[in-house]
Amino acid sequence: MRLRTKGEVVYEVCVYTGLVLGILVCLIPVLNIVAKSLSGESYVVAGDVGIWPVHFTTDAYNIVLGSPKFLSSFRNSVLITVVGTLINVTLTVFTGYALSRSRLAGQKLIMMLFVFTMLFQAGIMPTYLVIKNLGLINSLWSLMLPGLVSPFNMIIVRLYFYNIPDSLEESGKMDGASNIRILFSIMMPMAAPVIATTALFCAVEYWNSYFDALMYISDAKRLPLQVFLREVIMSVSDASNNIEMMAQTQVAQESIRGAVVVAATLPIVLVYPFLQRFFVKGIVLGAVKG
Amino acid sequence: MGKRSRLRAALRDYDLYLLLLPGLAALLIFKYVPMFGAIIAFKDYRLGEGIWGSPWVGLQNFEALLHDDKFYQVLRNTVLINLYKLIFQFPLPIMLALMISEVRNVAFKRAAQTITYLPHFLSWVIISTIFVNLLSPQTGILKDLFHLLGMQDTMMIADERFFRSVLVMSAAWKETGWSSIIYLSAILSIDTQQYEAARMDGAGRFRQIWHVTLPGIRSVIFFVVILRVGSALGNDVEQVLMFYNPLVANVGEVIGTFVYRMGLGNLQYSYTTAIGLFQSVVGMGLIFTANYFSKKYGERSLW
Repeated sequence: MRLRTKGEVVYEVCVYTGLVLGILVCLIPVLNIVAKSLSGESYVVAGDVGIWPVHFTTDAYNIVLGSPKFLSSFRNSVLITVVGTLINVTLTVFTGYALSRSRLAGQKLIMMLFVFTMLFQAGIMPTYLVIKNLGLINSLWSLMLPGLVSPFNMIIVRLYFYNIPDSLEESGKMDGASNIRILFSIMMPMAAPVIATTALFCAVEYWNSYFDALMYISDAKRLPLQVFLREVIMSVSDASNNIEMMAQTQVAQESIRGAVVVAATLPIVLVYPFLQRFFVKGIVLGAVKG
Repeated sequence: MGKRSRLRAALRDYDLYLLLLPGLAALLIFKYVPMFGAIIAFKDYRLGEGIWGSPWVGLQNFEALLHDDKFYQVLRNTVLINLYKLIFQFPLPIMLALMISEVRNVAFKRAAQTITYLPHFLSWVIISTIFVNLLSPQTGILKDLFHLLGMQDTMMIADERFFRSVLVMSAAWKETGWSSIIYLSAILSIDTQQYEAARMDGAGRFRQIWHVTLPGIRSVIFFVVILRVGSALGNDVEQVLMFYNPLVANVGEVIGTFVYRMGLGNLQYSYTTAIGLFQSVVGMGLIFTANYFSKKYGERSLW
């Protein structure tokens, strides 16, 4: 049995109070904005909404979800996220696997090329000029390609492959399988947790990225969700600008902002619990071994 | 191994090179070609004439940099914001990891992790909206607190005195949980015998943290500090852009946002590329310096 000294009790109290406090700090601002998005206008303006909706209404959602620009930007973001993640993860796995085979000539040099880009970047403007010269301005590709391949993700994946016992590769070789075949049928199934982790990181990054679109996209039809959100949030703060949005109904600005936040975050919150167990395991493995 | 057999081995592994090719090509096109393009920092880049055609100007852009008061202001803002983040934001994930590692109740532990990691996955567009909402002195959930402090008319985000604090707070809100993972895994890998030995010597729980846990995760702490020092001139451009407003221009403009505005807004390609180069070179220098001192005082090197 554990001894309960006074110090022990004080300690336990500290730990649990601290954690409960941390949980509340993370949770309350989110609950508050969700509650505001679902509350009646006068209550929001008066500041009477806590973490539970007052005078429940979905007017703000009708406005946001009914906007054609919302639908098109949502579609763009889904496209960027799905296609971008597929390409990105595929290339990360390919590169990581090739570089995990130490017999590969030039392996060390190429690793250095990747690591160097973590230490030194060319900067915003030279990258912009390359995108421009490739004719990618106003193309959704400009939001998917430049991030290929994240050295950080690649190193984690590489390490994972590196730690898979050689005997597995050799047994594949005995059966006359090519390297590509070995990767697909032996290595990738074994690396599923780390691949899922990488996919989640990539997807979140594509979904949330804003600055790239600000740089490379000006065509309204091609804007991703985050830029649309920002526009809505800025325009509802500016009373002269929000006629289109607010003409029909009495909806508080903060409710519209809240609805926008919820609509953009929901996809992430929905996949999050499923992947959480997976990625915590994956990143812990990477951190300990690395 | 002779030259010929090495060649044969390489040929046998030709498909490994095929796997490598697309990733390497992307790296060269989107990371190394821009590095080469950064030579426009030494040119007077004109859109019509391209990188080759534009005339060389030597170090003129860098000289202009040294005489630009605006640049010093931006540099100062960048360094200060990162310094505040290092001092105030950096200890929080360590504390969180210490607390989480002590929880025995699995369900509570999982809930604490799930909830505190979540903000990491929200975009800055979203988080800035949440903070504007939170800090609103009229309708925010903290409005009573603001009244109590006599700050009912203070918009923290539009106030020079508070703007940097808002940046530090929002960054802490977003990343504390996520950053605690690396410390948590370091804590879990500490040998439990050390705690038993400490208990035998009569150390209470607080003393165990001080004498066992913290020394046990020292190298991870150093690792994180080195990386932070290395990014002293880097900023989360998206974060600052989201919170930025003209009222806080003097304290809020950082290198990244300055480059974006001057480069794309004013078409000063060469000048802003020079700023970017300055930022990258100093950043790399800082990492090497921090790593040198860390090694000198007996810590593991980054590489």
